Amino acid sequence: VEGRTGPSTRDLLQKAWAMATQRSKRHGGYAVFLIPGVLASIGVIVVPLVMTVWISFTRWQGIGSPEWIGLANYSRLVRDANFWASFGHILSLILAMAVVPTLVGLVLAAVLFDYIAKVFGNRTASVFRSGFYLPQVLPVAVTGIVWGWILHPSYGALNKILDTVGLASLARNWLGDPKYALLSVMAIMVWVQLGYPVVMFMAGLQRIDPELYEAADLDGATWWQRFRRITVYLIRPEFYVVLVTTTIAALKIFGQIFVLTRGGPSNATLVPSYFAYKNFFENANVGYGSAISTVLTLIIVVLAFVFLRIQTRDQRLNQKTGRA
Amino acid sequence: VSTSASAASPRRRTGPARYPVLIVLIVLLLLVVSPLLVVAVNAIKSPADYATHGPLSLPRSLHLSGIVDFWNRVNFGRKLLNSLIVSVVVAVLGVLLSVLNAYALGIGRVKGRIWFLVFFLVANLLPQEVLVYPLYYLSKSLQLYDSLTAIIIIFTVIQSAFGTYLLSSVYAEFPTELLDAAAVDGAGKWRTLWRVVVPVSRPTLAVLFTFFFIWTWNEFFLPLIFLVTNDNQTVPVALGVLQGDRLMDATTTSASALIGILPAMIFFLVFQRTLTRGITAGAIK
Repeated sequence: VEGRTGPSTRDLLQKAWAMATQRSKRHGGYAVFLIPGVLASIGVIVVPLVMTVWISFTRWQGIGSPEWIGLANYSRLVRDANFWASFGHILSLILAMAVVPTLVGLVLAAVLFDYIAKVFGNRTASVFRSGFYLPQVLPVAVTGIVWGWILHPSYGALNKILDTVGLASLARNWLGDPKYALLSVMAIMVWVQLGYPVVMFMAGLQRIDPELYEAADLDGATWWQRFRRITVYLIRPEFYVVLVTTTIAALKIFGQIFVLTRGGPSNATLVPSYFAYKNFFENANVGYGSAISTVLTLIIVVLAFVFLRIQTRDQRLNQKTGRA
Repeated sequence: VSTSASAASPRRRTGPARYPVLIVLIVLLLLVVSPLLVVAVNAIKSPADYATHGPLSLPRSLHLSGIVDFWNRVNFGRKLLNSLIVSVVVAVLGVLLSVLNAYALGIGRVKGRIWFLVFFLVANLLPQEVLVYPLYYLSKSLQLYDSLTAIIIIFTVIQSAFGTYLLSSVYAEFPTELLDAAAVDGAGKWRTLWRVVVPVSRPTLAVLFTFFFIWTWNEFFLPLIFLVTNDNQTVPVALGVLQGDRLMDATTTSASALIGILPAMIFFLVFQRTLTRGITAGAIK
């Protein structure tokens, strides 16, 4: 429309025709390739998701037909101490799975990249990196067995070790005592998660121009100053990714809880996903279990989109001010 | 990177803090690795040796019967085979589905692709709990419950949600010249996909394959619910449900842990290079 004063309509039409024919050669007609993926997604994701949300408004034992009860499951949820406890435990697990590993991982990655790699060589640094990453490759069930065995009250290695070094009074039923169970699970999760931020941050650090560090050195910056002003500042993209993915992983945690404590003792380590599982498959409260899963899903999706918003805003801000 | 980085700051080489930092890191590394070492040491001990010398002593003699007993008791070979079948098939089909989706979304720029991408992103975020009961119910009515087929179908779709999301952004930057050249040569879309797009993006597809394989191998929740018969179980399920079993004493437990660790370690070593490349490609999981 704005081209009225410019080239003639004829030219424009010709150009448009040429573009249109060129476009149709490569563009359009690709929708066919989406058909298998869309059909499969409808069957495995969309239909079950819609069904779960619908079931959450019903009372259903898994057999017979569901009975519509409106918001009753949700109002029961709000009054259920176990529900609140399970989300309270998630906060502790976010601390153990997202916050602590991210912070410790940041320091470790910086030390490995900026100190160990330079003083002792890249090989040494990557040996450390692989070592820290090792717990990440173990199947969840194996993690559970390893730690369940180490922390076992009667034959577990930890209590035996405490006994051997004369600290028998410190021995506990680590996973079986409501006072220590959640703390034990948290410690295990720090162990599981630590390697992920280390690997991610070390990869992010590769992008940083070494000259920045040299400039900081010339200015007489201390190691801590360089760490805060350069390292932390420049790997914010990785920082966001790690924080989001680990927080979501904490919200979804199931396997470790199942294998280590089954939510016990006396619900001390109950988490939403295990709470939902219990309602689905142990108590046959399918409607209630669906309500729990629906709330959990909403929290995760909202959280992910809030994170995405913050991240894109941060990026746009940086583009405006002309920083990396 | 190594040479330029080490040459950049020669004066820190002689810092007095050189060894203390290294020692702190070594201690930390030992703390991380020691649980696995303790497991390995005790897996090859006899129960009597364990009872008298405790978990920290080295085994007096190599005692493999704990491992052999456990292997035979749970028919571990069968579980390994199940895990292998599920993981390989899911990885292949998952990559295939991701390629088809991403070809339409990233290269074809199908109408409404933003909404498709939002869908695949959300699908990625969903906790499996919100899908599990209907899937359980539907698979029962389709006679697919307690079969590897059900698990393969479900994980193919779940993994390809991630694959589509990742691969679409890779394909969005696919060199147009290559596509145009293929079009000039008279190649149709199908041919272009197999002859140009797939070969060029093979490194990314290898990363996806590796991810899908390992993730599926490690999956616990859905296999736990869907694979109830002994002969259908995968490795993690078999190990997970045995926890707390009365027949499991200290050495048998560590033997079971060790044979669960070994495949994971082998994959870790085999796939290490692809993995470190892939993790940094922006894993959303």
